[in-house]
Amino acid sequence: MAEVTEEQVKVKEPKEPLFSKKNRKLLTDPLADNNPITIQVLGICSALAITAQLKPSIVMAISVIFVMGVGNIVISLMRNIIPSKIRIIVQLVVVAALVIIVDQVLKAFAYTLSKELSVFIGLIITNCIIMGRFEAFALGNGPWKSFLDGIGNAAGYGVLLIIVAFFRELLGSGTLFGVKVLGDPIEKTGLYAIGYENNGFMVLAPMALITVGIIIWIQRSRNKALIEDH
Amino acid sequence: MGFNTDKNSYTIIFAVAMVVVVGSLLAFTASSLRDRIAANKRTEKQQNILFAMGVTDTEDPNEFVPAEKAQELFDKYVGDEQYIVVNGNAQKTKEAFDIEVKKENDKVKQDPNYQRKLPLFIGKKEGEEYYVVPMRGNGLWDAIWGYVSLDKEFKTVKGAFFDHKGETPGLGANIKEAYFRDDFIGESILDESGNYQGITVKKGNGDPKNERKNDNAVDALAGATITGDGVTAMVKKGIKMYQPYFETLKK
Repeated sequence: MAEVTEEQVKVKEPKEPLFSKKNRKLLTDPLADNNPITIQVLGICSALAITAQLKPSIVMAISVIFVMGVGNIVISLMRNIIPSKIRIIVQLVVVAALVIIVDQVLKAFAYTLSKELSVFIGLIITNCIIMGRFEAFALGNGPWKSFLDGIGNAAGYGVLLIIVAFFRELLGSGTLFGVKVLGDPIEKTGLYAIGYENNGFMVLAPMALITVGIIIWIQRSRNKALIEDH
Repeated sequence: MGFNTDKNSYTIIFAVAMVVVVGSLLAFTASSLRDRIAANKRTEKQQNILFAMGVTDTEDPNEFVPAEKAQELFDKYVGDEQYIVVNGNAQKTKEAFDIEVKKENDKVKQDPNYQRKLPLFIGKKEGEEYYVVPMRGNGLWDAIWGYVSLDKEFKTVKGAFFDHKGETPGLGANIKEAYFRDDFIGESILDESGNYQGITVKKGNGDPKNERKNDNAVDALAGATITGDGVTAMVKKGIKMYQPYFETLKK
Protein backbone atom coordinates (compact mmCIF):
# COMPACT_ATOMS: atom_id res chain seq x y z
CA MET A 1 0.00 0.00 0.00
CA ALA A 2 1.63 3.09 -1.16
CA GLU A 3 1.23 6.19 0.86
CA VAL A 4 -1.16 8.56 -0.70
CA THR A 5 0.75 11.71 -1.24
CA GLU A 6 -0.97 15.03 -1.31
CA GLU A 7 -0.14 15.39 -4.93
CA GLN A 8 -2.23 12.41 -5.91
CA VAL A 9 -5.23 13.44 -3.86
CA LYS A 10 -5.48 16.79 -5.54
CA VAL A 11 -7.83 16.47 -8.45
CA LYS A 12 -6.15 18.04 -11.39
CA GLU A 13 -8.43 20.67 -12.80
CA PRO A 14 -8.13 21.18 -16.51
CA LYS A 15 -7.09 24.74 -17.24
CA GLU A 16 -10.08 26.72 -18.37
CA PRO A 17 -9.74 28.42 -21.75
CA LEU A 18 -9.86 32.22 -21.59
CA PHE A 19 -13.20 32.41 -23.34
CA SER A 20 -14.87 29.26 -22.09
CA LYS A 21 -18.64 29.07 -22.20
CA LYS A 22 -18.82 29.98 -18.54
CA ASN A 23 -16.60 32.99 -19.02
CA ARG A 24 -18.56 34.17 -22.02
CA LYS A 25 -21.72 33.96 -19.95
CA LEU A 26 -20.14 36.33 -17.42
CA LEU A 27 -19.83 38.83 -20.20
CA THR A 28 -23.18 38.38 -21.92
CA ASP A 29 -25.57 37.60 -19.07
CA PRO A 30 -25.65 41.11 -17.64
CA LEU A 31 -26.56 42.47 -21.07
CA ALA A 32 -30.02 40.96 -20.90
CA ASP A 33 -31.18 38.28 -18.47
CA ASN A 34 -29.13 39.54 -15.56
CA ASN A 35 -29.08 43.22 -16.42
CA PRO A 36 -27.81 45.29 -13.49
CA ILE A 37 -30.54 47.89 -13.86
CA THR A 38 -33.64 45.95 -14.84
CA ILE A 39 -32.97 42.70 -12.94
CA GLN A 40 -30.50 43.46 -10.16
CA VAL A 41 -31.92 47.00 -9.79
CA LEU A 42 -28.47 48.52 -9.22
CA GLY A 43 -27.32 51.90 -10.49
CA ILE A 44 -30.79 53.38 -10.87
CA CYS A 45 -29.77 56.72 -9.39
CA SER A 46 -27.27 57.65 -12.08
CA ALA A 47 -29.58 56.21 -14.72
CA LEU A 48 -32.16 58.80 -13.71
CA ALA A 49 -29.73 61.66 -13.56
CA ILE A 50 -27.96 61.58 -16.88
CA THR A 51 -30.27 59.99 -19.43
CA ALA A 52 -31.94 63.19 -20.61
CA GLN A 53 -29.59 63.13 -23.62
CA LEU A 54 -27.74 60.44 -25.54
CA LYS A 55 -24.25 61.90 -25.50
CA PRO A 56 -23.71 62.07 -21.73
CA SER A 57 -25.20 58.58 -21.41
CA ILE A 58 -22.63 57.14 -23.78
CA VAL A 59 -19.78 58.98 -22.05
CA MET A 60 -21.01 57.67 -18.71
CA ALA A 61 -21.28 54.13 -20.08
CA ILE A 62 -17.68 54.18 -21.30
CA SER A 63 -16.40 55.64 -18.03
CA VAL A 64 -18.18 53.01 -15.97
CA ILE A 65 -16.93 50.18 -18.21
CA PHE A 66 -13.38 51.37 -17.61
CA VAL A 67 -13.67 51.84 -13.86
CA MET A 68 -15.54 48.57 -13.38
CA GLY A 69 -13.10 46.53 -15.42
CA VAL A 70 -10.00 47.85 -13.67
CA GLY A 71 -11.64 48.06 -10.24
CA ASN A 72 -12.80 44.46 -10.36
CA ILE A 73 -9.27 43.30 -11.24
CA VAL A 74 -7.72 45.27 -8.37
CA ILE A 75 -10.24 44.02 -5.81
CA SER A 76 -9.93 40.47 -7.11
CA LEU A 77 -6.12 40.54 -6.77
CA MET A 78 -6.47 41.82 -3.22
CA ARG A 79 -9.34 39.51 -2.27
CA ASN A 80 -7.26 37.23 -0.03
CA ILE A 81 -5.62 39.97 1.97
CA ILE A 82 -8.56 42.33 2.50
CA PRO A 83 -9.76 42.14 6.12
CA SER A 84 -13.46 41.30 5.93
CA LYS A 85 -14.39 43.82 8.61
CA ILE A 86 -13.35 46.80 6.53
CA ARG A 87 -13.88 45.39 3.06
CA ILE A 88 -16.50 47.97 2.07
CA ILE A 89 -14.13 50.78 3.04
CA VAL A 90 -11.33 49.15 1.04
CA GLN A 91 -13.63 48.91 -1.98
CA LEU A 92 -14.55 52.56 -1.65
CA VAL A 93 -10.92 53.59 -1.39
CA VAL A 94 -10.00 51.57 -4.48
CA VAL A 95 -12.74 53.03 -6.64
CA ALA A 96 -12.22 56.58 -5.35
CA ALA A 97 -8.46 56.45 -5.89
CA LEU A 98 -8.91 55.00 -9.35
CA VAL A 99 -11.39 57.66 -10.35
CA ILE A 100 -9.25 60.52 -8.98
CA ILE A 101 -6.15 59.30 -10.81
CA VAL A 102 -8.06 59.03 -14.07
CA ASP A 103 -9.50 62.50 -13.49
CA GLN A 104 -6.06 64.04 -12.84
CA VAL A 105 -4.45 62.36 -15.83
CA LEU A 106 -7.27 63.51 -18.10
CA LYS A 107 -7.00 67.07 -16.75
CA ALA A 108 -3.31 67.11 -17.59
CA PHE A 109 -3.33 65.41 -20.97
CA ALA A 110 -6.86 65.66 -22.37
CA TYR A 111 -8.30 68.79 -20.84
CA THR A 112 -11.31 69.16 -23.12
CA LEU A 113 -12.35 65.57 -22.53
CA SER A 114 -11.98 66.00 -18.79
CA LYS A 115 -14.32 68.99 -18.93
CA GLU A 116 -16.94 66.84 -20.59
CA LEU A 117 -16.50 64.12 -18.01
CA SER A 118 -16.24 66.29 -14.91
CA VAL A 119 -19.80 65.66 -13.76
CA PHE A 120 -19.52 61.93 -14.13
CA ILE A 121 -16.42 61.52 -12.02
CA GLY A 122 -18.44 62.02 -8.85
CA LEU A 123 -21.30 59.95 -10.15
CA ILE A 124 -19.04 56.99 -10.92
CA ILE A 125 -17.85 56.75 -7.31
CA THR A 126 -21.40 56.64 -6.03
CA ASN A 127 -22.58 54.15 -8.63
CA CYS A 128 -23.94 51.18 -6.71
CA ILE A 129 -23.19 48.77 -9.58
CA ILE A 130 -19.50 49.18 -8.89
CA MET A 131 -19.71 48.48 -5.17
CA GLY A 132 -22.28 45.78 -5.84
CA ARG A 133 -20.06 43.84 -8.23
CA PHE A 134 -16.95 44.27 -6.05
CA GLU A 135 -18.86 42.80 -3.15
CA ALA A 136 -20.78 40.11 -5.00
CA PHE A 137 -18.21 38.94 -7.50
CA ALA A 138 -14.67 40.26 -7.37
CA LEU A 139 -14.19 39.33 -3.71
CA GLY A 140 -14.77 35.67 -4.53
CA ASN A 141 -13.33 35.16 -8.02
CA GLY A 142 -10.07 35.39 -9.92
CA PRO A 143 -8.93 38.50 -11.79
CA TRP A 144 -9.81 37.37 -15.33
CA LYS A 145 -13.32 36.30 -14.39
CA SER A 146 -13.78 39.47 -12.37
CA PHE A 147 -12.62 41.55 -15.31
CA LEU A 148 -15.19 39.91 -17.59
CA ASP A 149 -17.89 40.31 -14.97
CA GLY A 150 -17.03 43.98 -14.56
CA ILE A 151 -17.04 44.70 -18.28
CA GLY A 152 -20.25 42.72 -18.76
CA ASN A 153 -22.15 44.45 -16.00
CA ALA A 154 -20.96 47.89 -16.95
CA ALA A 155 -21.93 47.22 -20.56
CA GLY A 156 -25.36 45.97 -19.48
CA TYR A 157 -25.75 49.18 -17.52
CA GLY A 158 -24.55 51.21 -20.52
CA VAL A 159 -26.95 49.54 -22.94
CA LEU A 160 -29.88 50.40 -20.73
CA LEU A 161 -28.70 53.98 -20.28
CA ILE A 162 -28.55 54.37 -24.04
CA ILE A 163 -32.02 52.91 -24.59
CA VAL A 164 -33.56 55.17 -21.96
CA ALA A 165 -31.66 58.21 -23.21
CA PHE A 166 -32.77 57.51 -26.78
CA PHE A 167 -36.44 57.74 -25.85
CA ARG A 168 -36.02 60.61 -23.43
CA GLU A 169 -34.06 62.76 -25.85
CA LEU A 170 -36.29 61.92 -28.82
CA LEU A 171 -39.60 62.50 -27.05
CA GLY A 172 -38.46 65.19 -24.66
CA SER A 173 -36.34 67.42 -26.87
CA GLY A 174 -37.06 66.08 -30.35
CA THR A 175 -33.34 65.56 -30.93
CA LEU A 176 -30.81 62.73 -31.10
CA PHE A 177 -27.21 63.59 -30.23
CA GLY A 178 -28.39 67.20 -30.35
CA VAL A 179 -29.51 66.90 -33.99
CA LYS A 180 -33.08 68.02 -34.57
CA VAL A 181 -34.47 64.85 -36.12
CA LEU A 182 -38.13 65.76 -35.82
CA GLY A 183 -37.86 69.23 -37.30
CA ASP A 184 -37.46 72.60 -35.64
CA PRO A 185 -39.93 73.42 -32.86
CA ILE A 186 -39.31 77.17 -33.19
CA GLU A 187 -39.51 77.40 -36.97
CA LYS A 188 -42.38 74.87 -36.97
CA THR A 189 -40.93 72.53 -39.56
CA GLY A 190 -41.10 68.75 -39.89
CA LEU A 191 -43.43 67.07 -37.40
CA TYR A 192 -43.96 70.34 -35.59
CA ALA A 193 -45.67 71.77 -38.66
CA ILE A 194 -48.62 69.40 -38.09
CA GLY A 195 -48.99 70.32 -34.44
CA TYR A 196 -46.59 67.90 -32.71
CA GLU A 197 -45.17 69.15 -29.41
CA ASN A 198 -42.20 67.94 -27.39
CA ASN A 199 -43.17 66.23 -24.18
CA GLY A 200 -41.26 68.37 -21.69
CA PHE A 201 -42.06 65.85 -19.00
CA MET A 202 -39.64 63.38 -20.59
CA VAL A 203 -36.74 65.68 -19.70
CA LEU A 204 -37.45 65.36 -15.99
CA ALA A 205 -36.01 62.56 -13.86
CA PRO A 206 -39.30 60.79 -12.96
CA MET A 207 -39.84 59.87 -16.61
CA ALA A 208 -36.55 57.97 -16.59
CA LEU A 209 -37.95 55.82 -13.80
CA ILE A 210 -41.14 55.24 -15.78
CA THR A 211 -39.14 54.42 -18.92
CA VAL A 212 -37.03 51.93 -16.95
CA GLY A 213 -40.27 50.50 -15.55
CA ILE A 214 -41.68 49.99 -19.03
CA ILE A 215 -38.46 48.27 -20.14
CA ILE A 216 -38.62 45.95 -17.11
CA TRP A 217 -42.25 45.18 -17.96
CA ILE A 218 -41.48 44.36 -21.60
CA GLN A 219 -38.43 42.28 -20.66
CA ARG A 220 -40.32 40.18 -18.10
CA SER A 221 -43.35 39.65 -20.24
CA ARG A 222 -41.11 38.26 -22.98
CA ASN A 223 -39.12 36.06 -20.63
CA LYS A 224 -41.40 34.64 -17.95
CA ALA A 225 -38.46 33.00 -16.16
CA LEU A 226 -37.41 36.42 -14.94
CA ILE A 227 -40.61 36.97 -12.98
CA GLU A 228 -40.03 36.48 -9.25
CA ASP A 229 -42.66 34.58 -7.21
CA HIS A 230 -44.14 36.50 -4.36
CA MET B 1 -3.50 32.10 3.13
CA GLY B 2 -1.20 31.65 6.08
CA PHE B 3 -2.48 34.48 8.23
CA ASN B 4 -5.74 35.35 9.84
CA THR B 5 -7.34 38.30 8.15
CA ASP B 6 -9.98 38.65 10.87
CA LYS B 7 -7.58 39.72 13.59
CA ASN B 8 -7.99 43.29 14.85
CA SER B 9 -4.28 43.99 14.66
CA TYR B 10 -4.19 42.87 11.03
CA THR B 11 -7.19 45.02 10.19
CA ILE B 12 -5.54 48.09 11.68
CA ILE B 13 -2.21 47.44 9.98
CA PHE B 14 -3.96 46.89 6.67
CA ALA B 15 -5.96 50.09 7.02
CA VAL B 16 -2.88 52.13 7.89
CA ALA B 17 -0.86 50.64 5.04
CA MET B 18 -3.70 51.23 2.61
CA VAL B 19 -4.05 54.88 3.60
CA VAL B 20 -0.31 55.44 3.28
CA VAL B 21 -0.05 53.72 -0.10
CA VAL B 22 -3.14 55.30 -1.63
CA GLY B 23 -2.42 58.69 -0.09
CA SER B 24 1.11 58.87 -1.43
CA LEU B 25 -0.01 57.56 -4.80
CA LEU B 26 -2.60 60.33 -5.09
CA ALA B 27 -0.23 62.98 -3.77
CA PHE B 28 2.40 61.89 -6.25
CA THR B 29 -0.04 61.98 -9.17
CA ALA B 30 -1.41 65.36 -8.15
CA SER B 31 1.95 67.03 -7.62
CA SER B 32 3.56 65.64 -10.75
CA LEU B 33 0.68 66.80 -12.90
CA ARG B 34 0.07 70.14 -11.17
CA ASP B 35 2.01 72.35 -13.57
CA ARG B 36 0.39 70.87 -16.61
CA ILE B 37 -3.07 71.25 -15.13
CA ALA B 38 -2.38 74.88 -14.18
CA ALA B 39 -1.21 75.61 -17.73
CA ASN B 40 -4.36 74.01 -19.11
CA LYS B 41 -6.52 76.13 -16.82
CA ARG B 42 -4.72 79.29 -17.95
CA THR B 43 -5.29 78.40 -21.58
CA GLU B 44 -8.93 77.72 -20.84
CA LYS B 45 -9.38 81.12 -19.24
CA GLN B 46 -7.86 82.80 -22.30
CA GLN B 47 -10.18 80.77 -24.51
CA ASN B 48 -13.18 81.74 -22.38
CA ILE B 49 -12.39 85.45 -22.50
CA LEU B 50 -11.81 85.33 -26.26
CA PHE B 51 -15.02 83.39 -26.68
CA ALA B 52 -17.03 86.02 -24.79
CA MET B 53 -15.60 88.55 -27.27
CA GLY B 54 -16.74 86.43 -30.17
CA VAL B 55 -13.25 85.27 -31.12
CA THR B 56 -13.85 81.59 -31.89
CA ASP B 57 -12.57 78.72 -33.93
CA THR B 58 -12.68 79.77 -37.55
CA GLU B 59 -14.42 76.56 -38.60
CA ASP B 60 -17.00 76.25 -35.83
CA PRO B 61 -18.19 79.48 -34.19
CA ASN B 62 -19.43 77.48 -31.21
CA GLU B 63 -15.95 76.23 -30.38
CA PHE B 64 -13.06 77.88 -28.59
CA VAL B 65 -9.98 78.96 -30.44
CA PRO B 66 -7.53 76.02 -30.56
CA ALA B 67 -5.54 75.66 -27.32
CA GLU B 68 -2.18 76.08 -29.01
CA LYS B 69 -3.24 79.43 -30.50
CA ALA B 70 -4.91 80.77 -27.33
CA GLN B 71 -1.86 82.68 -26.05
CA GLU B 72 -1.13 84.26 -29.41
CA LEU B 73 -4.72 85.37 -30.01
CA PHE B 74 -5.10 86.56 -26.44
CA ASP B 75 -2.07 88.80 -26.89
CA LYS B 76 -3.50 90.06 -30.15
CA TYR B 77 -7.03 90.89 -29.00
CA VAL B 78 -6.56 91.71 -25.32
CA GLY B 79 -2.83 92.13 -24.77
CA ASP B 80 -2.07 94.62 -22.00
CA GLU B 81 -5.64 95.84 -21.71
CA GLN B 82 -6.14 94.14 -18.38
CA TYR B 83 -7.31 96.11 -15.38
CA ILE B 84 -7.94 95.64 -11.71
CA VAL B 85 -10.84 97.76 -10.53
CA VAL B 86 -10.87 98.59 -6.82
CA ASN B 87 -13.48 100.87 -5.38
CA GLY B 88 -14.28 102.43 -8.73
CA ASN B 89 -10.65 103.05 -9.73
CA ALA B 90 -8.90 101.01 -12.36
CA GLN B 91 -5.26 100.07 -12.47
CA LYS B 92 -3.72 98.66 -15.59
CA THR B 93 -1.83 95.48 -14.72
CA LYS B 94 -1.36 92.02 -16.07
CA GLU B 95 -1.98 90.64 -12.60
CA ALA B 96 -5.66 90.99 -13.43
CA PHE B 97 -5.45 87.68 -15.24
CA ASP B 98 -4.46 85.84 -12.07
CA ILE B 99 -7.29 87.19 -9.94
CA GLU B 100 -9.80 84.48 -9.20
CA VAL B 101 -13.35 85.59 -8.59
CA LYS B 102 -13.78 82.68 -6.20
CA LYS B 103 -10.95 83.82 -3.94
CA GLU B 104 -12.25 87.39 -3.95
CA ASN B 105 -15.69 86.10 -2.97
CA ASP B 106 -14.14 84.15 -0.10
CA LYS B 107 -12.21 87.19 1.12
CA VAL B 108 -15.37 89.30 1.13
CA LYS B 109 -17.14 86.59 3.09
CA GLN B 110 -14.41 86.54 5.73
CA ASP B 111 -14.03 90.29 5.99
CA PRO B 112 -17.01 92.47 5.00
CA ASN B 113 -14.77 95.55 4.81
CA TYR B 114 -12.44 93.99 2.24
CA GLN B 115 -12.16 96.03 -0.95
CA ARG B 116 -12.83 93.54 -3.69
CA LYS B 117 -10.42 93.44 -6.63
CA LEU B 118 -12.39 93.24 -9.85
CA PRO B 119 -10.57 92.00 -12.93
CA LEU B 120 -11.64 93.58 -16.22
CA PHE B 121 -10.42 92.75 -19.70
CA ILE B 122 -10.89 95.15 -22.56
CA GLY B 123 -10.65 93.44 -25.90
CA LYS B 124 -10.51 95.10 -29.29
CA LYS B 125 -11.91 93.34 -32.30
CA GLU B 126 -12.51 94.98 -35.66
CA GLY B 127 -12.35 98.45 -34.10
CA GLU B 128 -14.95 97.67 -31.46
CA GLU B 129 -14.36 97.48 -27.73
CA TYR B 130 -15.48 94.57 -25.61
CA TYR B 131 -15.54 94.93 -21.83
CA VAL B 132 -15.21 91.36 -20.57
CA VAL B 133 -16.40 90.79 -17.00
CA PRO B 134 -15.69 87.48 -15.26
CA MET B 135 -18.30 86.26 -12.79
CA ARG B 136 -19.04 83.35 -10.52
CA GLY B 137 -22.13 82.07 -8.75
CA ASN B 138 -23.96 78.99 -7.57
CA GLY B 139 -26.02 76.57 -9.61
CA LEU B 140 -28.07 73.70 -8.27
CA TRP B 141 -25.24 71.36 -7.29
CA ASP B 142 -22.07 73.33 -7.46
CA ALA B 143 -20.37 76.44 -8.77
CA ILE B 144 -21.22 78.10 -12.07
CA TRP B 145 -19.15 80.80 -13.70
CA GLY B 146 -19.01 82.83 -16.83
CA TYR B 147 -17.64 85.73 -18.84
CA VAL B 148 -19.92 88.41 -20.24
CA SER B 149 -18.73 91.10 -22.64
CA LEU B 150 -20.42 94.51 -22.79
CA ASP B 151 -20.32 97.26 -25.37
CA LYS B 152 -18.67 100.59 -24.60
CA GLU B 153 -21.95 102.19 -23.52
CA PHE B 154 -22.25 99.44 -20.88
CA LYS B 155 -25.78 98.81 -22.01
CA THR B 156 -25.79 95.82 -24.34
CA VAL B 157 -24.32 92.35 -23.92
CA LYS B 158 -22.09 91.52 -26.87
CA GLY B 159 -21.17 88.00 -25.92
CA ALA B 160 -21.39 85.51 -23.11
CA PHE B 161 -19.90 82.26 -22.02
CA PHE B 162 -21.15 80.14 -19.13
CA ASP B 163 -19.72 77.03 -17.59
CA HIS B 164 -20.43 74.90 -14.55
CA LYS B 165 -18.80 72.39 -12.28
CA GLY B 166 -21.52 69.83 -11.79
CA GLU B 167 -24.94 70.79 -13.10
CA THR B 168 -27.22 67.98 -14.24
CA PRO B 169 -26.24 66.73 -17.70
CA GLY B 170 -28.99 67.42 -20.21
CA LEU B 171 -30.71 69.96 -17.93
CA GLY B 172 -28.75 72.57 -15.98
CA ALA B 173 -25.57 71.67 -17.83
CA ASN B 174 -27.17 73.19 -20.92
CA ILE B 175 -26.21 76.70 -19.75
CA LYS B 176 -23.04 75.86 -21.68
CA GLU B 177 -24.95 75.37 -24.89
CA ALA B 178 -25.15 77.91 -27.69
CA TYR B 179 -28.95 78.07 -27.75
CA PHE B 180 -28.98 79.29 -24.16
CA ARG B 181 -26.05 81.68 -24.06
CA ASP B 182 -26.69 83.20 -27.50
CA ASP B 183 -29.97 84.62 -26.18
CA PHE B 184 -27.89 86.96 -24.05
CA ILE B 185 -26.28 88.56 -27.08
CA GLY B 186 -27.85 91.93 -27.80
CA GLU B 187 -29.86 91.86 -24.59
CA SER B 188 -29.88 95.11 -22.65
CA ILE B 189 -28.82 95.20 -19.01
CA LEU B 190 -30.55 98.54 -18.40
CA ASP B 191 -34.27 99.27 -18.31
CA GLU B 192 -35.85 102.03 -20.42
CA SER B 193 -35.00 104.77 -17.96
CA GLY B 194 -31.39 103.63 -17.87
CA ASN B 195 -31.41 101.94 -14.47
CA TYR B 196 -29.38 98.80 -14.00
CA GLN B 197 -31.49 95.63 -14.18
CA GLY B 198 -29.16 92.80 -15.12
CA ILE B 199 -30.62 89.95 -17.15
CA THR B 200 -33.21 87.55 -15.82
CA VAL B 201 -33.43 83.92 -16.93
CA LYS B 202 -37.19 83.77 -17.03
CA LYS B 203 -39.66 80.91 -17.17
CA GLY B 204 -42.48 81.45 -19.66
CA ASN B 205 -40.64 84.33 -21.25
CA GLY B 206 -41.94 83.07 -24.60
CA ASP B 207 -39.25 84.65 -26.70
CA PRO B 208 -37.28 81.73 -28.17
CA LYS B 209 -35.74 83.78 -30.95
CA ASN B 210 -34.86 86.55 -28.51
CA GLU B 211 -36.56 89.29 -30.47
CA ARG B 212 -37.29 91.46 -27.45
CA LYS B 213 -33.87 92.86 -26.65
CA ASN B 214 -35.00 95.43 -24.09
CA ASP B 215 -36.98 93.27 -21.68
CA ASN B 216 -33.87 92.32 -19.64
CA ALA B 217 -34.94 88.68 -19.86
CA VAL B 218 -34.02 85.51 -21.74
CA ASP B 219 -35.86 82.19 -21.98
CA ALA B 220 -35.18 79.70 -19.19
CA LEU B 221 -34.17 76.07 -19.71
CA ALA B 222 -36.84 73.42 -19.14
CA GLY B 223 -36.14 71.37 -16.04
CA ALA B 224 -33.34 73.61 -14.82
CA THR B 225 -35.07 76.25 -12.71
CA ILE B 226 -32.46 76.49 -9.95
CA THR B 227 -29.54 76.62 -12.36
CA GLY B 228 -31.35 79.34 -14.32
CA ASP B 229 -31.98 81.34 -11.14
CA GLY B 230 -28.29 80.90 -10.35
CA VAL B 231 -27.35 82.42 -13.71
CA THR B 232 -29.74 85.33 -13.12
CA ALA B 233 -28.22 86.06 -9.73
CA MET B 234 -24.67 85.63 -11.00
CA VAL B 235 -25.09 87.97 -13.98
CA LYS B 236 -26.99 90.56 -11.98
CA LYS B 237 -24.50 90.67 -9.13
CA GLY B 238 -21.44 90.14 -11.33
CA ILE B 239 -22.00 93.16 -13.56
CA LYS B 240 -23.43 95.33 -10.78
CA MET B 241 -20.09 95.35 -8.95
CA TYR B 242 -18.54 97.09 -11.95
CA GLN B 243 -21.30 99.69 -12.27
CA PRO B 244 -19.55 102.41 -10.20
CA TYR B 245 -16.51 102.14 -12.47
CA PHE B 246 -18.59 102.07 -15.64
CA GLU B 247 -20.39 105.21 -14.46
CA THR B 248 -17.08 107.05 -14.22
CA LEU B 249 -16.10 105.86 -17.70
CA LYS B 250 -19.37 107.06 -19.21
CA LYS B 251 -18.70 110.63 -18.04
